Amino acid sequence: MQNAVELKNVSCVFGTVHAVDHISLEVLAGEFFSLLGPSGSGKTTCLRLIAGFERPSSGSIVLLGKDAASLPPYAREVNTVFQDYALFPHMSVLDNVAYALMVRGIGRLERHRRALELLEMVKLRGMEKRRPAELSGGQRQRVALARALVNKPRILLLDEPLGALDLKLREEMQIELKSLQRQLGITFVYVTHDQSEALSMSDRVAVFNRGRIEQLDSPKKLYEYPETEFVARFVGSANVLAGKELGLDGGKFAIRPERIRIEPGRISGTNSLVGRLIDVHFLGSQTRYEVTLVNNSTIRMTVVAPAGGEAGLEAGSEVTLTWNPGSLRKLREGEA
Amino acid sequence: MSPAASKAILRKLSDSLFLRPRLALLLLLLPPLLWLGVIYLGSLLNLLLYSFYSIDDFTGQVKYQFTLDTFRALLSSPANLDIVARTVLMAVAVTVACGVIAFPMAYFMAFYARGNTKAFWYLAVLLPLWSSYLVRVYAWRLILAQEGIISWFFNQLHLGWLLNAILAVPVLGGPSLSSSYFGMFLVFVYIWLPYMILPIQAALERVPKSLIQASADLGARPAQTFRTVILPLAMPGVVAGSIFTFSLTLGDYIIPGVVGAPGYFIGQMVYVQQGNAGNIPLAAAFSVVPIVIIGLYLAFARRAGAFDAL
Repeated sequence: MQNAVELKNVSCVFGTVHAVDHISLEVLAGEFFSLLGPSGSGKTTCLRLIAGFERPSSGSIVLLGKDAASLPPYAREVNTVFQDYALFPHMSVLDNVAYALMVRGIGRLERHRRALELLEMVKLRGMEKRRPAELSGGQRQRVALARALVNKPRILLLDEPLGALDLKLREEMQIELKSLQRQLGITFVYVTHDQSEALSMSDRVAVFNRGRIEQLDSPKKLYEYPETEFVARFVGSANVLAGKELGLDGGKFAIRPERIRIEPGRISGTNSLVGRLIDVHFLGSQTRYEVTLVNNSTIRMTVVAPAGGEAGLEAGSEVTLTWNPGSLRKLREGEA
Repeated sequence: MSPAASKAILRKLSDSLFLRPRLALLLLLLPPLLWLGVIYLGSLLNLLLYSFYSIDDFTGQVKYQFTLDTFRALLSSPANLDIVARTVLMAVAVTVACGVIAFPMAYFMAFYARGNTKAFWYLAVLLPLWSSYLVRVYAWRLILAQEGIISWFFNQLHLGWLLNAILAVPVLGGPSLSSSYFGMFLVFVYIWLPYMILPIQAALERVPKSLIQASADLGARPAQTFRTVILPLAMPGVVAGSIFTFSLTLGDYIIPGVVGAPGYFIGQMVYVQQGNAGNIPLAAAFSVVPIVIIGLYLAFARRAGAFDAL
């Protein structure tokens, strides 16, 4: 099958800043593909390159098999859901959704009919006469989605679309977006800095750091087999330890907070370390423990365990951390 | 009173004002409201009132009796109607020209100029306002004069014939630019241009860049984006600017006196009627004309959807 998006060796330089630094990636048709990274990592610039709002300094951009590097945004077969929604304040909800049809010269009746279908799909029937200012954040988000979908794009770009919503609404919208994507069968390219959002929705995730892709994998692989220290820490906040702390040969190792057992007191054994518990955070279903190692207090470890096992675990007490050697992941050398 | 005691009283005062935000707001707004209500609107209403009085032809005294005679006199005299038509046409031409010149400048200032370039443009737009209005108007009389720099410039380019052709246009032309309606038009446009640039620039400044990108993303070519997104959102600024240039031109009595062809403008008529002629009711009736015209213009702009973006 033809790829929806192909970036080959794409760079985007602003002055002296390499916002995107020699990136290559392929998004398969029909895939939910996420660009994950902290702010300033180049993920949004990458999306804007695909949309056509930025021009690459070098490299090639191919959309649906057609070279697009020199195409302006209005000539590309992609549509975007903007982070601030970018709804037209002087138009009604209906005219906002029908905008893409209006600029193509489709008659009023036909474009209103199709816009109403889209509003039905995003559950905003009855709101069509309102102005964007009269809607809540979640409703505006749906209008932005309907507006971007009205032209039946084969690729939809989403730039942190849920960033401005509160947690409960965000979780609802994650489920809706995912089922919408399955139902429509179009390619989603999704920018987010929220690792749980990327992991729960995506088929594949590209983790961005400093304008480069650190790792491109399925959510499961990313979580289970992080390749670099950055990915290990950013996705799932893993503990990263030097091999010598563990009595292993050089290099760095990652271990997930929930793969470590924590017990009160000093217990000797292999695959274990003794530490001092400095903080206990009760999180509801789980409890998070912050521990510094006894032989090197600069190293901090985080342990997450099911709630209910706190007996004998008090801040300041000595604890033993144990793990299964199979849970350690050796990391590729590289900057964090 | 000891400092501690006065401090305590002030404390109490600010506490009670904080707890009564409406009272605090009222106290803050009272002086400007009095200024606006009594001095500003009050004198305007008084003026309107006078337009419904008339003057006694024999004594030259104002008759404090409600009548429409003054308006009837204004509207039944062809000479007066000429003055109104002349002024309104000039104001329309000046407003349109200012809009056409100001929009690209405001657009550049809002979307492209950054940092020092932006400061430079602000300065360039505002700098003329720092010097005396009278000095600038008289300077223009010299610039536009028969031996002035403009006709010199045209002659240097061997384009003297072009200037003569412009001056040969009936009504608009005249013996020289400084004594033609065309010259007056140039001075009006120069003087009022900043009042058009700044509101448009302020309106465009408030348009998020993402709206323009969204429009392009949805398939609109730049011309379509301009027509369907940028222009409607800039419209409140354009209307605000055009009210400035329109009403300033309608009311001005200095430029028509210094530059341009003979023939009164509304502002001059108001000046003459309430000064030399002592006919305050007729002067008041003349000054009602711009108010009515601008009221009609605003109603029209509202119907045309110019304020949809507000």
